[in-house]
Amino acid sequence: MSKQGKLWELFCVFFRVGLFTFGGGYAMISVVEDACVDRRGWITRSEMDDLVVLAEATPGPIAINCATFVGNRQGGLAGALAATFGMVLPSFLVILLISRVLDCCLEIRLIASAFRGIKLAVGVLILDAARRLLRRRKRSVLWGSIFAASLLLMLAINLFALQLSTVVLMLGAAALSMLAYGIGGAGGGAQ
Amino acid sequence: MILTELFFGFLRVGCFSFGGGYAAVALIRELVLSRGWLSEEMLAYMIAVSESTPGPIMVNLATFVGSTRAGLPGALIASLAVVLPAFVIILLLSAVLKRFMGNPWVSAGMEGLKACISAVILAVGLDMIRSNCIGGGAADWTALLLTLALGFLYFGAGPLFKRKLSPLGLIGISALLGAAVYGI
Repeated sequence: MSKQGKLWELFCVFFRVGLFTFGGGYAMISVVEDACVDRRGWITRSEMDDLVVLAEATPGPIAINCATFVGNRQGGLAGALAATFGMVLPSFLVILLISRVLDCCLEIRLIASAFRGIKLAVGVLILDAARRLLRRRKRSVLWGSIFAASLLLMLAINLFALQLSTVVLMLGAAALSMLAYGIGGAGGGAQ
Repeated sequence: MILTELFFGFLRVGCFSFGGGYAAVALIRELVLSRGWLSEEMLAYMIAVSESTPGPIMVNLATFVGSTRAGLPGALIASLAVVLPAFVIILLLSAVLKRFMGNPWVSAGMEGLKACISAVILAVGLDMIRSNCIGGGAADWTALLLTLALGFLYFGAGPLFKRKLSPLGLIGISALLGAAVYGI
C-alpha cells in the first residue's frame, strides 16, 4: 500500500473509533483492540497490554495514547499525526457545533429544566468516578494518610477559597510517597 | 491574550490529568472557575454533554471552553494543548517509560499521586453536590431530594434490579426528572 493510502487508512480507522466511543476511557480500549489487533494486526496483543499500562501511568486521554502509538508504529510521525487527528476530529466537530447552539437551546424551557436535572446527575457521576478509583486503592497506612490529607485539604480549599492549586497538591503527594519509600521501603521493604 | 491563556491552561491540564477523564474534570474545573471562563452550572452541563457525545471527556471540554472563549481558533488551540502531552509522551518516551515504570521510586510516586487524585475527584463531586443543593446560601430541598434519588438509582438499584445503570442512562433519567420537576 502507498504511504498516502496507509495514512488515509489510519485516519479513517481512528476517525471511526473516535466517533463511536462514548464516555471515553475504558470502553474505548476494546474498540481499539478490535480494530487494530484483531482485524488488522497493526500491533500485537501484548503490545496492546503494554500500551494500556503505559496509558494508565501517563497523563492525558487513553484514546490519544492508543492512536499515537498505533499510528507511529504503522507510519512514523506522519502516521501518529494522522491517527491522533482522526481520533480527535469527530468529538471536536460535535462539540464545536454544540457550543454554537447550546445557549439558544437553554432558552427553551423544556431543555433548561432537563439540564437542571442533569446537573444533579453529574455530581453523582463524579462521585462514581472517585469510587471506581478508590476500589483500586492500596491498603496501606501511607495510602490512607495521603488520601485523607488530600481530601481534607481539598474540602478546605473549596470551602474557604484557599489559593492552593490541585497540581501542587498532587506533586506534594507524589513527593511524600517517594520520601516515605526512601525512608522505609528502600532499606527494609515497607508494606 | 486569550489564546495563550487557553493554550497554557489546557497544556497544564494535559500534563497532569493522571487517572482518567474525571481527574481532568477536577483540573479543568479549577481552571475555568478561577479564570471565570465558565460558570459552575455551565461546566456541569458540559460534563453531561461530554458523557453523551463521543470522544475523550477532556478533549470535549477543551473544545467547548476554547470555542466559547475565542471561537474556532480557541477551540483548536485548547484541544491541541490538552492532547499534546499525551501525544509527545507516547511518541518520544514510550521506550524509555517502559523501563522507567519498573522503577520502585516511580511506582512509589505514582501511588501517592493516585491516592491524591482519588481524594481530589471525591472532593470535586462533594463540592458540586453542595453547590447544587445549597447554592446562594439557601438550602434547595428539591435539588437535595432529587440528588438523593439519583444517587440511590445509580448506586443502589444495581443489586435490586440486577442491572447497573449506565452513566448515559442516569443522564437520561435525570433529564426526564428535571423536566417533570422544574416544568416544561
